[in-house]
Amino acid sequence: MSRKPRPLFLERRSYRRRRMADAARVLPLLGFVLVLVPILWLPAESPTPDTVRGGVYLFTVWFGLILAAFVLSRMLGDEDDRRPPGDEG
Amino acid sequence: MVPFNILVGVCLFYVGLLFVVAWAAERRAARGRARWLRSPMVYTLSLSIYCTAWTFYGAVGYAARSGLEFATIYLGPSLVMVGWWWLLRKLVRVGRAQRVTSIADLISSRYGKSNILGVIVTLIAVVAATPYIALQLQSVTLSFAVFASGAPQGWALPGQGATALWVAGGLAIFTILFGTRNLDANERHHGVVMAIALEAVVKLIALLAVGIFVVWGVAGGWSEVFARIDASPIADWPLKPARWIGLTMVSAAAVVTLPRMFQVMVVENSDERHLATASWAFPLYLLLMSLFVVPIAVVGLSVLPAGANPDLFVLTLPLAFDQGKLAMLAFLGGFSSATSMVIVAAIALATMVSNHIIVPLWLALREGGARAPGDVRGLVLMSRRVSIAGILALGYTYYSLSGGSAALAAIGLIAFVGVAQILPAMLGALFWRGATGRGAAMGLVTGFLVWLYTLYLPSFGEEGLLSHAVLTEGPWGLSWLRPQALFGAEALDPLLHAVFWSLSLNTFAFLAGSLLTFPTPLERLQGLAFVNVFDHATGQGGWSRGGAEAEDLLAMSQGILGAEEAQEFFRAEAASQGRAGFLPDTTPDFIERLERRLAGSVGSATAHAMISQFAVGSAVSAQDLMAVASEAQQIMEYSAQLEAKSEELARTARQLRDANEKLTELSVQKDAFLSQISHELRTPMTSIRAFSEILMDEELPAEMRRKYAGIIQDEAIRLTGLLNDLLDLSVLENRKVQLNIRVANLHDLIDRALQAAGSTRPERSFLIHRDIAAEHVPVFTDTDRLVQVFINLISNARKYCDAERPELTIKVRRKGSRIEVDFIDNGSGIAKKSQSLIFEKFARLTDTSRAGGAGLGLAICREIMANLGGSVTYLPGQGGAAFRVTLPVRKGAPQAA
Repeated sequence: MSRKPRPLFLERRSYRRRRMADAARVLPLLGFVLVLVPILWLPAESPTPDTVRGGVYLFTVWFGLILAAFVLSRMLGDEDDRRPPGDEG
Repeated sequence: MVPFNILVGVCLFYVGLLFVVAWAAERRAARGRARWLRSPMVYTLSLSIYCTAWTFYGAVGYAARSGLEFATIYLGPSLVMVGWWWLLRKLVRVGRAQRVTSIADLISSRYGKSNILGVIVTLIAVVAATPYIALQLQSVTLSFAVFASGAPQGWALPGQGATALWVAGGLAIFTILFGTRNLDANERHHGVVMAIALEAVVKLIALLAVGIFVVWGVAGGWSEVFARIDASPIADWPLKPARWIGLTMVSAAAVVTLPRMFQVMVVENSDERHLATASWAFPLYLLLMSLFVVPIAVVGLSVLPAGANPDLFVLTLPLAFDQGKLAMLAFLGGFSSATSMVIVAAIALATMVSNHIIVPLWLALREGGARAPGDVRGLVLMSRRVSIAGILALGYTYYSLSGGSAALAAIGLIAFVGVAQILPAMLGALFWRGATGRGAAMGLVTGFLVWLYTLYLPSFGEEGLLSHAVLTEGPWGLSWLRPQALFGAEALDPLLHAVFWSLSLNTFAFLAGSLLTFPTPLERLQGLAFVNVFDHATGQGGWSRGGAEAEDLLAMSQGILGAEEAQEFFRAEAASQGRAGFLPDTTPDFIERLERRLAGSVGSATAHAMISQFAVGSAVSAQDLMAVASEAQQIMEYSAQLEAKSEELARTARQLRDANEKLTELSVQKDAFLSQISHELRTPMTSIRAFSEILMDEELPAEMRRKYAGIIQDEAIRLTGLLNDLLDLSVLENRKVQLNIRVANLHDLIDRALQAAGSTRPERSFLIHRDIAAEHVPVFTDTDRLVQVFINLISNARKYCDAERPELTIKVRRKGSRIEVDFIDNGSGIAKKSQSLIFEKFARLTDTSRAGGAGLGLAICREIMANLGGSVTYLPGQGGAAFRVTLPVRKGAPQAA
């Protein structure tokens, strides 16, 4: 009487893909917040020189974003033409 | 030290290289081998025109003055690219679906194809871009001057104005040559894109080389660099939160609204998936461009004399260390940054100016409106060329008037804020169905005026366009209207002040206008198509079945798209409806697609206006709109399959109807022919019988006997000829014919045919137009059979062309692996209802048998061409009877579609 479990593979894939799309939407917001973080350090008022620290921080964040975008684009770009219906951007 | 001559030489060589690359790319693309030209990497590199000379030289200067703040200009775009899933994906999809030609076209198309919006956006773009172009000219001139200043005496540097003039002129030529080859925006400028991709590589390598030299060659590694930064004037990071946030957002807005970015990102995009690659690769490019900016600035500040211009450190640092070659590379990098920006900006702006200002004006002023036939294509191309020259002239004029003032240095950001005014209307266009055209216009105009008043005009300095009194005390002494402290907002610095007021008032006006006005039906439809671009292709249904005649539309489209393109498009449309020939049914779908195709060339507003001249009174009605908006639309979504089926049925029905019509006509024709052929056969038979009876009379004189025998022979020959034709046809139809394949020059074959056909109605003198040069094409086919077809077509023209001064035009064109030969006369052509019949056996349009044949000529032609692997078709809309013979260059070669 039990219903046979349907193969999970396809379901899983499209589920994963949708979550990746969510991640792609969140990424720029995350990036924006990270870019704004230095404001909280109040570098203008601190007595120590902090251009180096700030620069290293910014470039690290920047590079991290690029890596994340690379991974996401790999997961999203391949199947872009086989988008499931109802996936609204 | 690099001698000036060598510098100029290298420069010219580099420009020559760009020409060659662009030319080669165009050539490859023309041969259909454009795949690698259109790789994601080339797309990403072409986006790099974001980095102009302002980046290449200016970023270091910016860093030397304000430390890390320069990075906001590159972080903003990086965030936008990383967030492609939100905005860019939709933007590119809409741009491609609607065949958008420019950012002005996007806005105009979304808000009801309103041309006035196109004009506003064009105006903003031109006003913002002119000083920006001037800035590029200035940077090239300055970098020349750097080399000149340290050079030994002996040669004189031409005046700086002259340098700028040369650069502007050269760029105008390049842009006109490679930027106006195609009209259709979706046909893309392969040459230009390839050239700017090359320039992108050059500028990146140049900046990295200087950076590596500075970090490892001069400073001695990163730790040394860090130490130098700590000891430098920019060790402290005076981060101003408002500027930090504001600049990041403005540069993020600019990357999607700058006309040149829109051009490469949306218009030149050939595949949406490239965006996925660009989403990480372009931020990486920006990161690499920014990586060495601070080190170069710091080392420059510590090594070079105090008064040195930090904007030129990239160039002066290598020179100070006697690295002539490196300086040369840096110079080329800066040159690349400046030229690629100017080229693309000029193309983008020229498209906007020509599509939204010149062409609509011309169409309005011309007698007869859009309906009058004419070469619109030539006009549009010419107006684009003139616009390109005009825009560069404007940039040059600005440069020489401002005299390379320091004010120019700030113009990059000022331009960013200017184009950012388009952002609210653009976001509204893509995400809010309630946005209306009037709201968009109000927002754009408000933002533009506030920007002009608070930022653009004050940028000319106190002795510039606004007087000192206005700047400090406000116009007419109204202090709350001071340009740089509107409503008493004195706390913000001038740039941020302008950003705040222009964008907030802009957005407010846009929202208020949209909420209070009511959109037109077309606006609502376009809104639906834009906002819901990812939900299946919404049928726009903009046109109901109107009185548009396919032949009229074809004639008009040929004027815009060019004859070949238009014919190809119409044929494909007809084929998708299951019909042969060039004239599809004018269904709403077809008209919609045609309009979009035309929009790719002349912009949506103009295309819409032109089509509406033909589809009389059939623009959107309220009922159509209700149908779209109502629940019915939702239900249709679910019954898409049903729809596809009924589509299929409709197509089959259409085919059946056509077939039936043809059969009925054929059966009538066949009956007519049977009596005709019996008549044709009987006449000679009767005379043969009669004369042979006479011959039986033995008393007939020998002379008469010979004469009658001659008549009998002539009639017998006529009979045999007729039977031969019939036999020939049946052999051809069964594909059992022996082909005698040889190589020949098409020109000779046409010559032979013209000579042979000259005997048909020799009393008529024909004016023959030929393009001899194009005719010299080798063909590998059965030449005798091909000549037979040519003779038939030419004699037909001689027989039936009813013009007073008959003319025949023969056009030869090579298209991939196929050759097309058109025979066009200037007679009254063939009526539409007969066009599908003429190739049938026994078809004869006139009842008179003055032609003397049995109506087998064209049928034989068709069969011959089928045997040769080609075809012969009737070409409507050419102003006379026109036949196109298509044949493969080599019989049996793979046939490109």
